[in-house]
Amino acid sequence: MMFQNLGFMLNHTWLIPAIPFFSFLLVGLFIRPRSPKLAGIVATVAVFAAACCAYVLAWEYFHLFPAGTERHALVPWNFEWLRYQEHLAVRAGVLVDPISVLLMVVVTTVSALVHLYSIGYMHGDQGYGRYFTWLNLFTFSMLGLVVAPNILQMYVCWELVGASSFLLIGFYYEKPSAVAASKKAFIVTRFADLGFLLGVIILGYYGYHFFGELSPALAQQMGQYTAGGVVDPFDFAYLTHPEVLSKFVGLGTGFLGVSLLTMAMVLVYMGAAGKSAMFPLHIWLPDAMEGPTPVSALIHAATMVVAGVYLVARTFLVFATSGDALMVVAYIGAFTSLFAAVIGCTQDDIKRVLAFSTLSQLGYMMFALGVATMDHPLGYTASMFHLFTHAFFKALLFLGAGALIHAVHSNEIWDMGGLARKMPITHATVLIATLAIAGIWPLAGFFSKDEILVSALENQHYGIFGLGLLVAGITAFYMFRIYFVSFWGKARSKHAEHAHEAPLVMLIPLMILAVLSVVAGWVPMGEFVSLGGASHGAAEGAHHGINWAVAGPSLFVAAIGISVAWFLYGSGHEERSKSVASSLGGVYTTIKRKFYFDELYLFITHKVVFRFVAAPIAWFDRHVVDGGVNLSGWITRTSSTALSRLQTGQVQTYGAWFVGGSIGALLVLWHLMF
Amino acid sequence: MSFSEIFVQAPSAVHWLILSSLLFSIGIYGILTRRNAVGILMSTELLLNSASLNFVVFNKFVAPSSVDGQVMSLFVIAVAAAEVVVGMAIFVALFKCRKTVDVTQMNLMRN
Repeated sequence: MMFQNLGFMLNHTWLIPAIPFFSFLLVGLFIRPRSPKLAGIVATVAVFAAACCAYVLAWEYFHLFPAGTERHALVPWNFEWLRYQEHLAVRAGVLVDPISVLLMVVVTTVSALVHLYSIGYMHGDQGYGRYFTWLNLFTFSMLGLVVAPNILQMYVCWELVGASSFLLIGFYYEKPSAVAASKKAFIVTRFADLGFLLGVIILGYYGYHFFGELSPALAQQMGQYTAGGVVDPFDFAYLTHPEVLSKFVGLGTGFLGVSLLTMAMVLVYMGAAGKSAMFPLHIWLPDAMEGPTPVSALIHAATMVVAGVYLVARTFLVFATSGDALMVVAYIGAFTSLFAAVIGCTQDDIKRVLAFSTLSQLGYMMFALGVATMDHPLGYTASMFHLFTHAFFKALLFLGAGALIHAVHSNEIWDMGGLARKMPITHATVLIATLAIAGIWPLAGFFSKDEILVSALENQHYGIFGLGLLVAGITAFYMFRIYFVSFWGKARSKHAEHAHEAPLVMLIPLMILAVLSVVAGWVPMGEFVSLGGASHGAAEGAHHGINWAVAGPSLFVAAIGISVAWFLYGSGHEERSKSVASSLGGVYTTIKRKFYFDELYLFITHKVVFRFVAAPIAWFDRHVVDGGVNLSGWITRTSSTALSRLQTGQVQTYGAWFVGGSIGALLVLWHLMF
Repeated sequence: MSFSEIFVQAPSAVHWLILSSLLFSIGIYGILTRRNAVGILMSTELLLNSASLNFVVFNKFVAPSSVDGQVMSLFVIAVAAAEVVVGMAIFVALFKCRKTVDVTQMNLMRN
């Protein structure tokens, strides 16, 4: 359907991804070689402009569809991108619906603040201009992913964010560890994207075949997205249409007793799990901390890693139709949240703790989606809500950690200590974020976590609910562990003794994010983002009160976690933590080594894949494929050497050949004619 | 026509053509085997003569009323004279430069 009175931003939504894109080109091609300083300013201003556009867009969109009405997905702008056949084409464009608006606001806000912070953090760095170029590229790719109206455009932008993430993790390319980390991140996510691509292909293949069987009315309706009977089988509106979904269900079982739909969605989820670093594809995220800290805040905490959650939310109806695929999402998410939280308790690198915390919180978002059903879609809202709040407090934690690292010149929490007095603003903002992630009322994390736990409980997933509660306690413990160790006690290194507060340009983003971490929880998310439009929206919107039966226990476990952290790591008690660690012995070491997953992957890749798969293939390539090529080259060279002897330079020899040849030809002709 | 009759009869077209073929073959042989460039030039003269002999013969035996073949052979003689002048000039220049007109030494185009 068409809306005539769209606001300016709704009509020009394409500006939001376009501004960072053109800024990327401008900064990367023209400004960076001349003035890195200007590059930083232009890049930052561009993203701030995009953020303003996103705010206007959100205002216009939620005014167009006030609370209680059905919120349609709008495609204000699109164009034919790929045409395969007469009736098969893919249209790229921008999609505006509640979750894409939400993500646009989050991405542009965090990105703008990170850009601003980076001006201070990256000051004087060799690759200052390059850094801002890639950061802009990332922002564009992420926004392109968010507004994608079809799964193919999403896939392309998905790879683009992967590429910019690779570039930024490997930003310090002189450092071998950074290079290794960037390769690891790229290969692991790329491997996962293989599954995503296969899933997309399965969906697109059957989606195209169903088009011929659809009722003419629906085919007409699809004309909104697909002009004149041309089907775009990758369009989200098409894929999530009930009639198409029922056709998918009708496909029945495909392979090993798994229905084709489930198989496709599990493959899609594999891509989502790779990007969101779900177990067992989580191994790249902790290493990705080799990148500059603001990059970790933007890409590996607030935005890119939630792309997987966003993908599952975007295709939620398809997942829910499959059912089994959604359970995969739920259980892998729940397991990851616990697994990562446990590892987070033992790490000493502040950024690694935060990385494992990110894994854990992403697991939270995933299982929130997994426990939601079409009848009780609270988990859907809760997941998006947690995504929203988590982006702010996790970005704040990373930026705060960046300020600490900037001051102490070390990532190790045991090199810090006693920084609360020397860096009061950093301390205050990080404390807010730590309380927020621990789920303490009235900060942001409390509300979203509460909603996730309620949704798990309401849909009778008691196991996941209990696990979520446990993880909430562990989260509080490890977050306060790093808080106590780095801010309290005595300075443990020379740099920590002489630490200074960060410059103002770094503190402003911290303060803004701290404010957001406080207020984000009070956003009545159920009124903005809910599944199924008005009918559920109104019902779930009414829910937004706090369920103290859930919030009470979750506050209680958070308090336990904080107390334990204080008992073990608070001022002057550090020897207690060491005795606990030594009494746990092998268990502690196992956890600290991240359950030996990196070693396991190394074993599988080096000892199994390299030796038994790659080595024979390499041999075949070197000896058979290359051998064949070399053989043809050798034949040509040898014969040409032999033939070149014929060129004597003696015209008489040539003449003799010519006469002989002419006579021969004459004889042949004669023989043929007579 | 038996072999002996060839020598008894007044010469016919075949006799003349055999003569011209012999001239041509000798010319070819000379071109391919002579090492001296002047000898090669002389051999080409033989080729040209055999060709102009053909013109005259065909003129006489095919179209005796016209003189086209004879005109053509006069042309050939004139062109051959001009060609000899140019060829000899080249050889003189070559001899001045390389002190030889042995064509086996002229292998700059080798390989």
